[in-house]
Amino acid sequence: MQSNAALEYDYSLAKKFTFLTILFGILGMLIGTTIAAQLAFPELNYLLGEYGTFSRLRPVHTNTVIFGFTVSGVFATWFYLGQRVLKVSIAESKFLMVLGNIQFWLYFVGALAATISLLLGYSTSKEYAQYEWPFDIVVVLIWVLWGVNMMGLIGIRREKALYISVWYYLACFLGIAMLYLFNNMEIPTYFVSGLGNPLHSVSMYAGTNDALVQWWYGHNAVAFGFTVPIVGMIYYFLPKESGQAIYSYKLSLLSFWGLMFVYLWAGSHHLLWSTVPDWMQTMGSAFSVVLILPSWGSAINMLLTMKGEWNQLTDNPLIKFMVLASTFYMLSTIEGPIQAIKSVNAIAHFTDWIPGHVHDGVLGWVVFMIMASIFHMAPRMFKREIYSKKLMESQFWLQTTAVVLYFTSMWIAGITQGMMWRAVDEYGNLMYSFIDTVTVLHPYYAIRALSGVMYFVGFIMFAYNIYKTMTSGRELTEEPQFRSPMA
Amino acid sequence: MFHWLENNPFFMAAGISIVISFAGLIEIVPNFAKAGRPLVDMKPRTVLQLAGKEVYKKDNCIACHSQMIRPFKSETDRYGNYSLSGEYAYDRPFLWGSKRTGPDLHRIGNYRTTDWHEAHMMNPPKIVPGSIMPAYKHQFTNVADIETAYAEAVTVKNVFHTPYGPEIKGTQEAWDAYRPTVLAEAKKIADDMTNEDVKKMVAEGNVPEVVALIAYLNSLK
Repeated sequence: MQSNAALEYDYSLAKKFTFLTILFGILGMLIGTTIAAQLAFPELNYLLGEYGTFSRLRPVHTNTVIFGFTVSGVFATWFYLGQRVLKVSIAESKFLMVLGNIQFWLYFVGALAATISLLLGYSTSKEYAQYEWPFDIVVVLIWVLWGVNMMGLIGIRREKALYISVWYYLACFLGIAMLYLFNNMEIPTYFVSGLGNPLHSVSMYAGTNDALVQWWYGHNAVAFGFTVPIVGMIYYFLPKESGQAIYSYKLSLLSFWGLMFVYLWAGSHHLLWSTVPDWMQTMGSAFSVVLILPSWGSAINMLLTMKGEWNQLTDNPLIKFMVLASTFYMLSTIEGPIQAIKSVNAIAHFTDWIPGHVHDGVLGWVVFMIMASIFHMAPRMFKREIYSKKLMESQFWLQTTAVVLYFTSMWIAGITQGMMWRAVDEYGNLMYSFIDTVTVLHPYYAIRALSGVMYFVGFIMFAYNIYKTMTSGRELTEEPQFRSPMA
Repeated sequence: MFHWLENNPFFMAAGISIVISFAGLIEIVPNFAKAGRPLVDMKPRTVLQLAGKEVYKKDNCIACHSQMIRPFKSETDRYGNYSLSGEYAYDRPFLWGSKRTGPDLHRIGNYRTTDWHEAHMMNPPKIVPGSIMPAYKHQFTNVADIETAYAEAVTVKNVFHTPYGPEIKGTQEAWDAYRPTVLAEAKKIADDMTNEDVKKMVAEGNVPEVVALIAYLNSLK
């Protein structure tokens, strides 16, 4: 029989993945800031010989922040909140604990090895799926381990009804599994021919088909990595931190199932005006616009959860992080559909507006939400008060300014570039040579690099705050109920 | 129904899987065979060009360059005919790219020459003042992996029936016999270049990465 005593949860795995989140965050953002600076100041390309060029570093940046930082954050929060919403400690099953630890070490070693392989130039050149086949196998193994762990924990749960967050983590697991598997279908050339480098492979798909599969993946890896689990986080951490109940269960239902159904269709908006058939492009466009509904559904549900309690925004910086995250989520999910309209896309595609869009989403929404989650978990995992509220406040404003600088400069850069590419004089001749459209961007690239430095400094402040919390925060005798205690 | 699903994780997972599978099935599958068809009489890339494609992937040129000319006058004026699906039929992976920090390269073989690329890869801002592209000097000394490129040709021939000739076979003997063909093609490129070290390397039977890359870029037409 279940005892009525409060459960003691085991946070060892959550802690381990929290450390990795911070480590890969620092690494990924440092590289990101470096490559942003390289576009403004090309001399910076030569710091590391052939391994330091923009082109070589860019996939290292994207893969480190996606598969290093974000995925660790997803694992860390799952191993924390999974236990709590299912009302079962993971330590109750030795099997799940062992599995979790194997997952951790395989992930840590695998991620480092894969990063080195990218630096050395082993790449399939499919965006966000650059890892060569042996590393793909490691990724699949890690994912399966996590899936088994999740199902296992669900299997031994005491709380029979799955909380909303669990739906999202479950969808994250299933979605990424499907996408990753299909997009990374490749044939190692060594095994067919007996010749050449064993690490090399060719894609199962060619040309237009490869493009379709890739962007079905690329777009939805964002969906199931950068949206779905992050929504899962906010559904748990915002009510927990604010002490407010979720505004509407029906809105949660509509947003969840709506997101699941609609998101996948929108992938082809990455291929507008390409050689993909028109009807697919139109479907991508149309579904992108429909996607506003479930996206805003979640965000509005979060904002309305704070109804009547907006005073918390002024005195709890953690609430500020989460509310700003939902707001950036709204911005990003209205911007995306605008860019997916065919006539807008004709200007926006291939320009810096696209990285601008990506980064108001990831910097403003994903990273903010993951940091807020870690801030909330820290006093409960380490049984100590958060080290400094003041540091948290300064970090918040520094990083918010950085995000605003990032996307505004890239909006201007992107639209400038898109308009210059198509500008014609009175006789119908092109007005600008390509290089004119590059040199004009210098000031915007410089602003973006500056915003990168600011954001990175903010992240270091975050890491320092967590480190000090662990080591010298005031010890707590009992677990805080809602609002996280901070000095 | 939703309450019931939330108490039955197995069916919940099954439900999610069904709902998320629709889009891919409907958008990707029906057109698959048609989109895979090459243009009439199109030849697959030579082994040297494949090795060059690997250099293009290794140094990740798609971070800044697209290979997709959209059907707009401003693009066809700048880059040439708009791209056709069949032109990509042998491209594994597709290298359309998603960002033009530099110009499109899909038809660069029509308007740039071997010596232009040689000088440009060595020092881009010297050829294009104001360019922010880094120099790729290491491509002049790194040796391209032509054996792996040959292995790729064998693989796509055997698995996907890409129309390579009977001389492309997965044995050491076949590769040894074919190697001089690749070197001869590399020598043709090197003859148009000025760098003495590059010429020397090719003469010794090693193909510098830049030679393979230029062979690939010249094939983009």
